[in-house]
Amino acid sequence: MTTALLNAQGLACTRGNQRLFSDINLQLGAGQWLYLQGENGAGKTSLLRILAGLTLPTEGDVLWQDSPIGKQRSQYHQDLLYIGHHAGLKEDLTLTENLRAQLAIDGIQASAAAIREALTQMGLGKRQHLPARVLSAGQKRRGLLARALLRPAKLWILDEPFNALDVKAIADVQNLLKTHLANGGLLVLTSHQTPDLGQDAAGFILNLSGAH
Amino acid sequence: MPVLPAFFASLQRDLLLVMRRKTEVLTALFFFVIVTTLLPLGIGPEPDLLRKIAPGAMWIAALLATLLGLQRLFAADHADGTLEQMVLSPEPLSVLIAGKITAHWLVCGLPLVLLAPVIGLQFDLPADAIGILMLSLLVGTPLLSFIGAIGAALTLGARGSALLVSLLVLPLYIPTLIFGAGAVESYIAGMGAAGHFSLLGALLILAMAFAPWATTAALRISLE
Repeated sequence: MTTALLNAQGLACTRGNQRLFSDINLQLGAGQWLYLQGENGAGKTSLLRILAGLTLPTEGDVLWQDSPIGKQRSQYHQDLLYIGHHAGLKEDLTLTENLRAQLAIDGIQASAAAIREALTQMGLGKRQHLPARVLSAGQKRRGLLARALLRPAKLWILDEPFNALDVKAIADVQNLLKTHLANGGLLVLTSHQTPDLGQDAAGFILNLSGAH
Repeated sequence: MPVLPAFFASLQRDLLLVMRRKTEVLTALFFFVIVTTLLPLGIGPEPDLLRKIAPGAMWIAALLATLLGLQRLFAADHADGTLEQMVLSPEPLSVLIAGKITAHWLVCGLPLVLLAPVIGLQFDLPADAIGILMLSLLVGTPLLSFIGAIGAALTLGARGSALLVSLLVLPLYIPTLIFGAGAVESYIAGMGAAGHFSLLGALLILAMAFAPWATTAALRISLE
């Protein structure tokens, strides 16, 4: 049994008058993953945002390495990679510029060669100097995920990482996720298709529907 | 200083974005030029009157030009998720925000200072008064950007935010307007501008110290 790094206790979230979910407890250790299921509007994204520290839960606490995330924001954000529905791709900048700017804001100076390699690995080698606005939705998403290759982070929180991706890209991303888990990383994701991450013993499924 | 790279990273990205989309910046600049050019034409060729209204007219135009671009300060970053990523950066958010505000001033404020001498000629301002006017704009326009950022952050995501931001920020701009325009007026009247500059400078230091914090707090609330 691995020790839990990410710990959530009694999480509840209310939007307006509606209680999205309540009493959610979860524990995730190195190499483990959590797959959130649920209908549209069940609160998957809300839960991810709470885990990332973007939204405060109505009730409950999120702990990272045994202390509340609100008390160690900088440390937690160092260990966290969150990619949401639209994780800040600037339409007017090229993918290379986008990645370089995002990494710089995260305090990482990435070399041009490293960025080129990451984009090539995501199958975007020939598109790296095009402005993001001319790329397809799938290409943009792959560009966003290239950040995962350049930024070391223990915990990945991904909101619909397979959205708009073709079959081959989905396989590529799943391999990326497997490598991350094999290296002792943690993963929380939502998806409309069940991810195939191999080691099922290390995975948990949380179904949010039925909470309302 | 360990926070400086983060400050420049945020500054650099915003400047790069401006280079890619120049029209948005030029809107504010054109507004300033058009208002200050139409005024002498509308009022008529009376040098004494023009000289008298010049500082106030140019300051009001600068203030409204700043206000024009203010609502866009965080709106695009909010829409495309960049702001979320900034919140999630390990670097302090207030430093990243200070970088954004500085970029806003470099793009919307500094050009007004540099244009002031040309505009000043249309009002028949003497050269030394133009110098004082430039100096007052140089101290005053960053103040407008810093104060405005708080309003932009508070109204982020709200409906009718363009109107709200004006209502919120305009009263806060009044001291800057009074001391900025007052500096030039009292210089022309022969009373010296040192007092006005001291107050403007004090306001600027206060805003630079506290506005990024207030903006950050407001942004965290808006993003929830």
